[in-house]
Amino acid sequence: MTARPEGTGVGGSASPSAASTVGRTAAGTARRPVVGSDAPHESAHLHVSGTATYVDDLPELQGTLHAALGLSPVAHGRLLAIDLALLRSQPGVVAVITGADISGANDCGPIVHDDPILACERVGEDGHCSGTLRHVGQPVFAVVATTRDAARRAAALAPKALRFDTLPAVLTALEGHARRQYVVPPMHLARGDAHAALAQAPHRWQGTWSLGGQEQFYLEGQISLAIPQEDGGMLLHCSTQHPSEMQQVVAHALHRDANQVQVVCRRMGGGFGGKESQSALFACVAAVAAARLGRPVKLRPDRDDDMLITGRRHGFEFRWDVGHDDQGRILGVEVDLIANAGHSADLSPPVMTRALCHFDNTYWLPDVDLHGYCARTNTQSNTAFRGFGGPQGAFAAEVILDGIARRLGLDPLAVRRANFYGTESNNLTPYGQTVEDNVIGALVDQLVERSGYSARRAEVAAFNATSPVLRRGIALMPLKFGISFNVGHFNQAGALVHIYTDGTLLVNHGGTEMGQGLNTKVAQVVAHELGIKLGRVRVTATDTQKVANTSATAASTGTDLNGKAAQDAARQLRERLAAFAAAHHGGSASEVVFANDQVAVNGEHIAFEELVMQAYLARVQLWSDGFYATPGLHWDREHLKGKPFYYFAYGAAVAEVVVDTLTGEHRLLRADVLHDVGQSINPALDIGQIEGAFIQGMGWLTMEELWWQPDDGSRNAGKLMTHAPSTYKIPTANDCPAQFDVRLFDNRNVADAIHRSKAVGEPPMLLPFAVFLAIRDAVSSAGGHRIDPPLRAPATPEAVLDALDAVRSADA
Amino acid sequence: MSQRPIRFIHRGEIVSVQGLAPTTSVLSWLREHRHFTGTKEGCNEGDCGACAVVVGELDAQGALQLQPVNACIQFLPTLDGKALLTVEDLQGTHPAQQAMVACHGSQCGFCTPGFVMTLAALHQRRTADGSGAPSRADLADELSGNLCRCTGYRPILEAGERMFDHAAPAIDTAPIIGQLQVLRDDPPLEIPCFHTPRSLDELAALRMDHRDALLLAGGTDIGLWVNKQLRDLGEVIYLGEVADLKRIGTADGWLEIGAGASLADAWDALARHWPMLREMGRRFASPPVRNAGTMGGNVANGSPIGDSAPVLMALGARIVLRRGAETREMPLDDFYTGYMRNRLEPGEFVQALRMPLPDAPARPAQVRAYKLSKRFDCDISGLAAAMWLQLDGPTVHEVSLAFGGMASTVRRATQAEAQVRGQPWTEATVRAAMAALDAEFQPLTDLRASASYRQRAARNLLYRFWLETRPDAPLAASAVSVWPMGATA
Repeated sequence: MTARPEGTGVGGSASPSAASTVGRTAAGTARRPVVGSDAPHESAHLHVSGTATYVDDLPELQGTLHAALGLSPVAHGRLLAIDLALLRSQPGVVAVITGADISGANDCGPIVHDDPILACERVGEDGHCSGTLRHVGQPVFAVVATTRDAARRAAALAPKALRFDTLPAVLTALEGHARRQYVVPPMHLARGDAHAALAQAPHRWQGTWSLGGQEQFYLEGQISLAIPQEDGGMLLHCSTQHPSEMQQVVAHALHRDANQVQVVCRRMGGGFGGKESQSALFACVAAVAAARLGRPVKLRPDRDDDMLITGRRHGFEFRWDVGHDDQGRILGVEVDLIANAGHSADLSPPVMTRALCHFDNTYWLPDVDLHGYCARTNTQSNTAFRGFGGPQGAFAAEVILDGIARRLGLDPLAVRRANFYGTESNNLTPYGQTVEDNVIGALVDQLVERSGYSARRAEVAAFNATSPVLRRGIALMPLKFGISFNVGHFNQAGALVHIYTDGTLLVNHGGTEMGQGLNTKVAQVVAHELGIKLGRVRVTATDTQKVANTSATAASTGTDLNGKAAQDAARQLRERLAAFAAAHHGGSASEVVFANDQVAVNGEHIAFEELVMQAYLARVQLWSDGFYATPGLHWDREHLKGKPFYYFAYGAAVAEVVVDTLTGEHRLLRADVLHDVGQSINPALDIGQIEGAFIQGMGWLTMEELWWQPDDGSRNAGKLMTHAPSTYKIPTANDCPAQFDVRLFDNRNVADAIHRSKAVGEPPMLLPFAVFLAIRDAVSSAGGHRIDPPLRAPATPEAVLDALDAVRSADA
Repeated sequence: MSQRPIRFIHRGEIVSVQGLAPTTSVLSWLREHRHFTGTKEGCNEGDCGACAVVVGELDAQGALQLQPVNACIQFLPTLDGKALLTVEDLQGTHPAQQAMVACHGSQCGFCTPGFVMTLAALHQRRTADGSGAPSRADLADELSGNLCRCTGYRPILEAGERMFDHAAPAIDTAPIIGQLQVLRDDPPLEIPCFHTPRSLDELAALRMDHRDALLLAGGTDIGLWVNKQLRDLGEVIYLGEVADLKRIGTADGWLEIGAGASLADAWDALARHWPMLREMGRRFASPPVRNAGTMGGNVANGSPIGDSAPVLMALGARIVLRRGAETREMPLDDFYTGYMRNRLEPGEFVQALRMPLPDAPARPAQVRAYKLSKRFDCDISGLAAAMWLQLDGPTVHEVSLAFGGMASTVRRATQAEAQVRGQPWTEATVRAAMAALDAEFQPLTDLRASASYRQRAARNLLYRFWLETRPDAPLAASAVSVWPMGATA
């Protein structure tokens, strides 16, 4: 197993700072540059010693109360009454909170205001109440008690305390689609005349495919701690990717001003999108209870409740009509993408937009007609999850291309290559953005060579020719992923950099740390600007009282945005210090060099902290703000046209699997990855993101099955039955393949992104498609590659055996 | 018996705890009562390992055994007389901690203390006994009870190898051993609603006096009743101090596993005599659950999807029951009477499981155990099968086919067995038996598998068994199983 950077762009000299005119950073001198180094995560030493603080680790203030949520026991119903007396009489219970206690808006929807915080909206003295129950697990009320255990025990009485009429439930995307029941109107992305292209294509066929959703399974569950402050203020410690949005929704719920609500997040124990919008419900309930009771209130749902309450990656159903030529080139394609949005809109609209904008993946599609439907169902409201619809959209194209290859008797890799975007022509995406940085051809060539794809393809065929039970499969998956928020105004960030008189720095920015190493990279950027060692820079908790109006840390943009903003702040400080140094020591400001913890000015070398002290005494401002807005983006939301992405990231993976044709079990034998992060700011962290996404995505596609009890009138009708790690299985160490060779592609971002790096959070989520496609390949071999396997995802043993049986019976 | 506090070693000292509910978990004691927050709660059901701590106790030889367990489902009184080590004990300098930093083994960091504790226990064990760094595959098995959602595990596995660059034990055990010896002299623990017998006779007497009491062994299931269903357990009899109940031994051609033997020890014993069962043991839950849970508990619990029962039934196990001074035994096949119901009488408990050891080589028996689940490690079976076969030349002399996940109890496929017994072990015979399986099992559809899959897979597993055991050109495990153990067997 190896994991090392490949090529000169990584770990070599950092890029020169193009915009720097006053004061320079001398990189590549004696000391190894900070940018491009394998600096460990800034909290690694805290993680391993158990001293990294998460919200639940904060010492509780005296008088802190604990909340627990009472959940809907039915998938769909009309709420009639709530037995408040029963709940209030339980030991330790201090209060029961319903929608009636929410002085502001009973809504936490991030885009559409269709997301009640608590389903019990109004309550009369007699206990009669109103509200709609929309899914099993929807929070209906909250119990606040002296201990978390007491709150949980009382809240668990919900089935007894609630009276309701049960209504028929819609549990699947296809059922919702059949009823034309959507959370937002359908979206259409079209270019050319797909219908004409289909009619004229030499080959034309139709297909369907089903792709399951995925639970984030952040190891630290949702949590909010609300602490009342003076003069109507409210402080929230919240595990969230979006402190500013938490500030807003809490202010709305409390009917207070934004400047009265402070949201702080030092770190999350994982987010993956699950704490972008859906931390809001917990923040709001804690804040409403704390405001009403005037005491600190903590809300930390048990894992099962967390999974029953919150949504996850959207499962998709696809239906397509595709036309292609003899080489497998797609000439025209029409696709329905039907997502299970759950009971409310949440982030489904932009998720669908990104799905539509990633159907093309690395392929030139001349005539295309895509329809996106966000079906409303009686399940948890689905939300952001690493990739944000992009993987789902791209995956549909891959399954179609695989099907084309089977029909033409070609190697799927040959069909993929035949469809690649060009560099000079055939390089316009269906949404009208020109692909200007296409490297997929060269990247795939390198990976094919390194992985020995062709020889191994032959070995796999030879193995399969003689193996009685086991079948092997191999596949290569290429990817392209667009970087930027599809919503233009989110592409902005702010930062603050303080230099203290001892020469140490404190950095604060709008991004949140969820393990991805954002703070480490931002610290590297700041240290680089001032030519100082990384140890001088400390990055602090995200806090809405420091940088205002921050964007979610999402869409892989954390380092791109906040790194640039921090660079801007640091650069201003450097320029200020350079001007001061030149004025104080002679020479010109443009010749002052910051390097190796020293400042070279007019032939003198001054220790950094010494110059800082001199500047302080001379009354130079030693802190600065910084700001960044991604340039050149435009987006027509109505027609889904424009330039939504600043640039694209690329990558490819080869996976080889073995499948048991008797049971449908499989195992990943080997994976080779080559991924484009531009010029890496931190290769070790980037490799960590790539490997982590690979295994996480593999889990999604092979074992992480979400299973709802059908609406069968049983006690659990409509309930998500895979609501804990005992029943919802994410990969373990044994699922990491013995041969796992992940390397970085030698590249430099053509866009002026931070140090010419590229975002890395989400794009590698597409790499493990190679695993699924390799399983398809193995299943396909059971029918002599004559039948396109109807393999759904996740490829559980059952799904694989179903596909094998279908292939065998079709081939019989 | 007079009451006394629960006493155990924590942070280098013997601590005394009194006045807490006996179902207080070690995790909540640490976090809520002592404010040691390094140990995290990820799932509260023993499936993620974020709360992994190390429990130390002296074995029969007086040597210190350190084992990771899940603090979230470990009740505090079960620590009595033992040592509790948490991430705070390692002070940031343990080789496991240093290697995790050097290998970039943490991202969000929430699972990290649990990994560190699992690694530290492994490091201590393998440096103390001189076995050194494990293989990558063994390391992955050791870590199968710890979930990480960020890294994809490669850097953690690398850290697990690199920590053995420090080849000497890193935890100073002498003071712990000294304190454990002091605790050995404590009288039995007796706190309200929590009985701690130390001998079989005491247990038998207590059981007669408290017939409605709950028998608690490892708590790997009962812990969830408390954490998830918020159940009050009432009177509890804890089995963990009954040394006789943990005994594993062979006599007169039988292997006897005491009901209180840990799953880890029990599966080791089974695999020693029937090496083909090693994979099943390895896939049973995870190391922390196997360290805490017992095979007797798994059998007595009687879940239709428990993985011990099919294997034991296929081996012809007998279950030994004790009531007062009397013991009786019966074939395990006869023990279950319906969904989660069995033949235990009031006041009776499971004392041991007895398996006939493999016969002389004259008529060798073949045994296989198969488990189908969505994940290789630590997953509850959608379907489990154990098959035992004795051939007389080309003819089946005796056969036993046991299935879990196919009915309301684990049970043998008697109709399929009848198709096989006395018949030539041919494809035609196995196909007839496969058809018989359809008739005798009508499995359910649930979150783990559909009825259709269970039926098809059960048939196919029987076919796999035939492929592996047919007299002519039997296939090696590596030809019929995708799992590495099969591949290397």
